[in-house]
Amino acid sequence: MKGPSTADATATSTSTSSGDAWEELVTVALLGTDRRTPPGHSPGADAPTALLDAAAVQTVRRRAGLRPAPAAARPARAADDPRPPLPAPARRRLAMLLTDRPGTGGGRRGTAPDLMELLPQWLAGANEQGYAAPPDLLPALLDAARGRTDLRPQALTFAGPRALWLARLNPDWKFALRSTPGGGKALPAPEDAADVQRLWEEGLFAERVTLLAAVREHSPAAARELLATTWSAERAEDRLMFLDSLRSGLADADEPFLEQALSDRSRNVRATAAELLSALPGSALAARMASRATSCVAVDRTQGAATITVEAPHECDAGMERDGVVAKPPTGRGERSWWLGQLVEATPLGGWTARFGGRTPEEIVALPVADDWQGELHAAWCRAAVRQRDAVWSRALLGAPASPDAGGPGAVSLSERAKLLGSLSDGERAEWVAGFIATHGLSEAFQLLGVCTQPWAEPLGRAVVDALNIARDAGSYPWSFSGVMGLAERCLDPAEASRLDGLTATPDEPEDAAPGAGGYWSEAFQRLVSTLRLRRAMRDELRET
Amino acid sequence: MTQQGVRWTADQVLALAPDAPSRKAGSKLGVAGPWSEAGSSGEGMVWGLCKGSGSKPYQTVVDVADAAGPAYKCSCPSRKFPCKHALGLLLLWAGADGSVPDAQTLPDWAEPWAEGRRKRAQTKRETDASGGAAADPEAVRRRAERRAERVTAGASELEQRLADLLRGGLASAEQAGYGMWEETAARMVDAQAPGLAARVRELGAIPASGPGWPVRLLEECALLHLLDRGWLRRDLLPAELAATVRSRIGLPSSADGRPTRDRWLVLAQYDTADSRLTTRRTWLHGTESGHTALLLSYGAAGRAPALSLPVGLALDAELSAYAGDGQLRADLGEQFTAPAPSPVRPKGAGVAEAAARYGDALGRDPWLESWPVTLSRVVPTPDEASGGWQLADADGDLERPDPAGAASERLAVPITPKAASGPGLWRLAAVSGGAPVTVFGECGHRGFTPLTAWPEGPGEAVALC
Repeated sequence: MKGPSTADATATSTSTSSGDAWEELVTVALLGTDRRTPPGHSPGADAPTALLDAAAVQTVRRRAGLRPAPAAARPARAADDPRPPLPAPARRRLAMLLTDRPGTGGGRRGTAPDLMELLPQWLAGANEQGYAAPPDLLPALLDAARGRTDLRPQALTFAGPRALWLARLNPDWKFALRSTPGGGKALPAPEDAADVQRLWEEGLFAERVTLLAAVREHSPAAARELLATTWSAERAEDRLMFLDSLRSGLADADEPFLEQALSDRSRNVRATAAELLSALPGSALAARMASRATSCVAVDRTQGAATITVEAPHECDAGMERDGVVAKPPTGRGERSWWLGQLVEATPLGGWTARFGGRTPEEIVALPVADDWQGELHAAWCRAAVRQRDAVWSRALLGAPASPDAGGPGAVSLSERAKLLGSLSDGERAEWVAGFIATHGLSEAFQLLGVCTQPWAEPLGRAVVDALNIARDAGSYPWSFSGVMGLAERCLDPAEASRLDGLTATPDEPEDAAPGAGGYWSEAFQRLVSTLRLRRAMRDELRET
Repeated sequence: MTQQGVRWTADQVLALAPDAPSRKAGSKLGVAGPWSEAGSSGEGMVWGLCKGSGSKPYQTVVDVADAAGPAYKCSCPSRKFPCKHALGLLLLWAGADGSVPDAQTLPDWAEPWAEGRRKRAQTKRETDASGGAAADPEAVRRRAERRAERVTAGASELEQRLADLLRGGLASAEQAGYGMWEETAARMVDAQAPGLAARVRELGAIPASGPGWPVRLLEECALLHLLDRGWLRRDLLPAELAATVRSRIGLPSSADGRPTRDRWLVLAQYDTADSRLTTRRTWLHGTESGHTALLLSYGAAGRAPALSLPVGLALDAELSAYAGDGQLRADLGEQFTAPAPSPVRPKGAGVAEAAARYGDALGRDPWLESWPVTLSRVVPTPDEASGGWQLADADGDLERPDPAGAASERLAVPITPKAASGPGLWRLAAVSGGAPVTVFGECGHRGFTPLTAWPEGPGEAVALC
């Protein structure tokens, strides 16, 4: 018998040819003992047993004699993260948020909060407090950011240097290197002219874009000068991207450079340069556009009440084209109104007050417009107000939130309103949307709510909750408002939770209500309340010291 | 022994979940929102009303004090066990934020169930005290004999089949496919030798397992042959080795070793599941004795094993070892304290030492796949030559410095391909960040399976499995 005790004994004996002996055994086993005799054994009925005996000895011996291999080159250490670690409850919360991946549940959401949707807030909160990410959660965090591009900036800030270290080892996380300045390498200090110049000349495109943005942040003029050094040698697509980075910190000093870019070979570069110039009210381009636009729009007092008359341009000349006016309208639009729109859009809004005899923007917007030009003209002013971030004009164009046409198909569409709201301060924006909802309900409020800052200011939150309550009493189903509900879960101030408690009960169903709606509403409100509680807990955990 | 008054950790609760969706659903319910009238009693009862989609809230009550694992009751229709409400309630209770206050009296709806449990526990204690109905020793012996005869017949038949296979050559096994092995495995089940049946079933998968399969098939055939022979000649083996053979064959054994009391640190806990059974392995480390022990607990498919000991906790308890030389399996006996977080880390060894320990252990149990080892100061390192990963000593082997005085060559053990392709590898890499870490895992002939890691500096244990 070749028992285990024998295996022990043999393992300690030494044989230099044990590797060969094993090879021979495998060969015999593959072919079969009918064809080949095991080494050191005579053929016969017990040859297979002898082979198995020998193989057993060799197997145990091979396993027992395994030697460690020489180590491969040791990876470089990840850079230290000097930020303080998360408090334990916050760390547990993050782990919980990260296990809630989209697609793992599905179906009706019931009363439980949608955890994945809270991750962006959690990350923003953690970054605000400047915590370091716990290393063992980095893989889950990177996986989450991989699936959701909107998470990436906050997630990568929070993840810190070790995430970049990991991303270099795992191709799944390459995005982290792409979306991080310099692919994770440190950028030269913006004031270090020599290093900046070298990276600018030798760097990859993405590195250069990031570098330019960093320099622009530090010193707008230095960035413009840096760009000018290589401008003529850049490819058209790159010129477009670089030009776009001048958008931040745009100032009158940029005008000569932009003016020069108006004669660029590429049409897209020319258009961008024109757009940027038109955002500088003092620029020569803005003045040229203003003189063109004001010659088209005038006040007619002959009809008694003052009326705006519009005489759209008859041609798009070379000068206009050079200033960024696109000559060919999209299909379905008349070319004259198309040109007019572009002229007004690029005209500094400040000039209209003088043109209309010292009227304020409100008064100008209130003037009647002859011959159905109101739509075109107001839309162009909207675009101008958004581009020039002009709060006074935005306010005027938005009108009163409660005005009857604010919700209807007025001159200014919902998406234009949403953009106009962007020019107002947070508080004013919230107030306007609250007024809108109080008058018009929620059916068209989603887009407007989307531009309000989170958490919602108190009047806005109250308006949304009241409107939801009214919608419930009207007997419709809550999923008609699922978009607003989702926003409310994320944006309502957690302090509102206690006011909502009364809404979570299932009410008696009125006769005309949709069947079962009451139960679904109470479920939706429960989810809203539990999400708010969860958000408050999240916030408190992050503030713990 | 109850764990009165000590609230669990969230990890401990989540390990009770039967599957990932339950864990997620339970996590979502672990907030105060849907709960009302929740409370917990000093006897280890936790209860609460959970608002669901219906008008009547679900009534959930859990008994966490039972040493055999928690018991649950919930008025929801879910077939999951425990249901998400029970998990959510326990999470809320574990959170200890005041949503589940300590209370003296149970609500009326929970009282009958708690009362029933108290009565049953009382009856059980009385039967235990009276020694229960002792089995007829003669009948037990006869049954064991009959089973041994069956196993012997099975082992002889298996020997015959192995001999036939080797006579015709392993090359023919590639064509034969699963069928032949499945049939043989079924014969071993009939022979009441589940250990043999499981090994035979695994043989069937080897021919399709990629390059090098003949080597692996011969190894496994040879070890199976060794086990057969061990059984057939068990009378000639030393008692310890014979016990090992019996447990490898799959005969029932019991933890009849002397209970050893220690402060046991939970090193790792992981589940493996097949179609019928979920097996949970829990590795414990005696912080005073330095011993390592393995607890096994089982759950029917779809149910989590009742024992839940999250990594990083330590408990003062008695363990009774199973018979067999080098046998690490033990049963959890009396627990003197509830599991609580512990800063203790196991003492680690270098890579060379880890391989040597597995070799030593094979001398006592040649069928061992791997041996539990803690490696200290190792760096998870991508190995470009093999495309895999390894755990490499951070420093050269200090015991064998080369004559020039510099530390000798650094050594490394490969991480098993299975472990290297899982999410645990990236957690390991993240915890390390290129710095040396302490890693507990199973070191075997296929390589090292990392189960738990501790960072270089201070920090909690990170479960990798």
